[in-house]
Amino acid sequence: MSAPARSPQELHDTIAGGIGESPLRPDGTLKVRGEFAYSSDLWHEDMLWGATLRSPHPHARIVRLDVSRALAQPGVHAVLTHEDVPGENVYGLKYQDTPALAADLVRYQGEPIAILAADHPEIARQALKEIVVEYDVLEPITDPERAAHDATLPKLHPGGNLVRHQRIVKGDPAATADVVVSGVYEIGMQDQAFLGPESGLAVPAEDGGVDLYLATQWLHVDQRQTAKALGLPVDKVRLTLSGVGGAFGGREDLSMQIHSCMLALRTGRPVKMSYNRLESFFGHVHRHPAKMYYEHGATKDGKLVYVRAKMYFDGGAYASKTPVVVGNGTTLSVGPYDVPNAHIEGWGVYTNNPTCGAMRGLGAVQPTYAYESQMDKLAAALDMDPAELRIRNALSEGSTVVTGQVVDFPAPVAELVQRVRDLPLPPEPAGERDIRELPGGASNTTHGEGVVRGVGYGVTIKNISYAEGLDDYSTARVRLEVLGGEAVAMVHTAAAEVGQGLVTLQQQIARTELGLTRVSVHPADTSVGDAGSSSASRQTYVTGGAVRNACRAVAEAVYARLGVSAEGMSLTGGKVVAADGEVVADLAELLGDAAIEETREFHHRPTYPLDPETGQGDAHVQYGFSAHRAVVDVDLDLGLVKVVQLDCAQDVGKAMNPDAVVAQIQGGSAQGLGLAVMEEILVKDGKVRNPSFTDYLIPTILDMPPMRVDVLERPDPHAPYGVRGVGEPPTISATPAIANAIRAATGLELPRVPIRPEHITGV
Amino acid sequence: MRVNVTVNGESRRADNVWEGESLLYVLRERLGLPGSKNACEQGECGSCTVYLDGVPACACLVAAGQAEGREVVTVEGLASGDDLDPVQESFVEQGAVQCGFCTPGLLVAAHDLIERVPDPSDVEIREALAGNLCRCTGYEKILDAVRDAAAKKAVR
Repeated sequence: MSAPARSPQELHDTIAGGIGESPLRPDGTLKVRGEFAYSSDLWHEDMLWGATLRSPHPHARIVRLDVSRALAQPGVHAVLTHEDVPGENVYGLKYQDTPALAADLVRYQGEPIAILAADHPEIARQALKEIVVEYDVLEPITDPERAAHDATLPKLHPGGNLVRHQRIVKGDPAATADVVVSGVYEIGMQDQAFLGPESGLAVPAEDGGVDLYLATQWLHVDQRQTAKALGLPVDKVRLTLSGVGGAFGGREDLSMQIHSCMLALRTGRPVKMSYNRLESFFGHVHRHPAKMYYEHGATKDGKLVYVRAKMYFDGGAYASKTPVVVGNGTTLSVGPYDVPNAHIEGWGVYTNNPTCGAMRGLGAVQPTYAYESQMDKLAAALDMDPAELRIRNALSEGSTVVTGQVVDFPAPVAELVQRVRDLPLPPEPAGERDIRELPGGASNTTHGEGVVRGVGYGVTIKNISYAEGLDDYSTARVRLEVLGGEAVAMVHTAAAEVGQGLVTLQQQIARTELGLTRVSVHPADTSVGDAGSSSASRQTYVTGGAVRNACRAVAEAVYARLGVSAEGMSLTGGKVVAADGEVVADLAELLGDAAIEETREFHHRPTYPLDPETGQGDAHVQYGFSAHRAVVDVDLDLGLVKVVQLDCAQDVGKAMNPDAVVAQIQGGSAQGLGLAVMEEILVKDGKVRNPSFTDYLIPTILDMPPMRVDVLERPDPHAPYGVRGVGEPPTISATPAIANAIRAATGLELPRVPIRPEHITGV
Repeated sequence: MRVNVTVNGESRRADNVWEGESLLYVLRERLGLPGSKNACEQGECGSCTVYLDGVPACACLVAAGQAEGREVVTVEGLASGDDLDPVQESFVEQGAVQCGFCTPGLLVAAHDLIERVPDPSDVEIREALAGNLCRCTGYEKILDAVRDAAAKKAVR
């Protein structure tokens, strides 16, 4: 069967700009013209629409499931249940614990139970109502702390309700100190809230396989999991990335992949699935809510002596990335600070709450909010400037982190705090103010009376790339050929462009390495080797490294074809140039009709598992650091908050595309602001109460303040071009900066984010 | 039912439209114009903003039948042939496009703002675009783009 109309396009618009420059996105023009093919835009002649029946209960036994009435509806072509899963009805990113379709037990509200395909989306929606499911409703397990310790609770999975427990012990875990502060902190369930809904089009193929066009973060991991559920060899399930409308971790787990393929294979017709916003809230995993108990001890002059912490992460119904959240959460638990003694414990648990998995800042967002709250509390106890306390304890190159790993790359934490502190503050409010700039915005809720201002800091450390011994790598294929008399390069990877600008970067690297102007980017698909996930701030590092390696192999092949030694040679301006500047050959003439194509991988240096008892080990390959300073106005009467200014300093190693780096920092900061003051999936008794953009609030342009961004470049000698992952740190440090600013303004404890008006007014 | 509507200056007809279909569905799935985006389909995010008789509206909130005989301009209709509208140009040049899913709606809203207010202040831009959610950019570069587009239009 043919490819769908509106397929992903080859990208080649921009023709200048190497690394360190800021060329425009090659997909920008398509996107502003409305011509870019997002996964929900896919269309195929003769296609059907898929839909999913989901459980209304967070915990229940399925006692009867009857789809006959639904199947009898006119316009319905297939209705499938767990009995129709051709292969293994189980998948998962870390643990294989998630059914494609629930068989007997339902573990969260929204769990998929049946799927169907129909001529029109409305026919599909109506037919779902004809599926009969009888449930034996069970009491949901909703308290993660109980789930971790109470052995009397029912077991949600055969192994019990604990997903992972990790302890970290450094120095003397029972150390004592002059000044001690403690607190209990909670963080709500944040959602990725990407705008492009989960969607894709599955097209049955003549070889009995299936071609799936979709939005995802990691094509190959989807391919492996989907093929297993379909009972097909991996090479018969081919995936092509379609336009992705944001991801932020929410597309790491499967949503419609297996379902759409099952329906396409059963009906023999292309099947499109596209969730609406309500279904999207049930169809993807969220950020782990957490409860964290922290105690910090310090000397009188403000040097940290110890940190003790216990943290509970609510993983919800299935494991997803919970093991990684526990790993990151514990290993990053003391922040970017030198701490000689630590005793940390983290638990990730199963409950009947919505499943939680990857989201930007994975596992670091929660402890950063807690330890940065503690740092302000400690500064107050010591009567010390909060920025000064952070600078005094900052990690630096050569420091040993809490896992015993030595930081063998630049770690300019003190400088980041200093820089963000040195940025000019906004003018103090005076006289009549435009009410649109006050808390409450244009709602005319105040004219400035009762409004107080506060300043706060947040600093973070985030691991970059995959950790704890995973062989983390990417693959790139680069072809050099002559088109229209000019040497042109084509870059092909399976790496997902999710909005971050990877397609631009791939061109920049190829232009720099091969000395060309024209570089195209092939649509990402599974016909080239694995690129890993667009997550963990890793793609520029890992896929960037793979593109570099493939380009260098192409250059080597050029020199070999010329019969010259690569020593001192370079490719510049479409020519082969010797060390002395002499032009040795014209690339287009040399190539003629014979293309050169090379495929290479990039693996970052190895990491190692943590010791299960002590949590010691070189678990991470690189860290990213960022610091925020927030200025807020708070209306004490109404509890409304206006973030007046939010500034960030971040070290990016090497700014590969400076404009895109700044844009990542601004966008990440907005998500951190959202978590600080508005974003939360409200869950009661395992049920989601606000699955819509009416009730789940994300920051608007009125909520985001002006931002200054100060980008440092301290190259990491171990990373390609010295890069340091950029995407996640700004999301992490923005939240505590804002929370600390609200505390500074109000004098309140505020031990939970998002901070709501009632927390401020106490009503 | 049958719906006749002028889209981007062209008379279009959609047959067999189910009564509950939105203008957004008709544009995307029946008329082959997927530029207007389906992000929330309840009028909260602005991704499907189109001009309806010259006034910006969320196409997801307009029943297909309500569009009968009316004039719609979508993001696909902002450019003149190969020439992008200054708003489109500025969004690309200023880095205001990341994943781009919010972009079509923002472009229509920003285009409308500059038509009404040729030299908008930052507060006016923020108010005008407050109904368009963007999850990627943090909005700073969108502000840059609108300022830039207004300046470009003033020169042309």
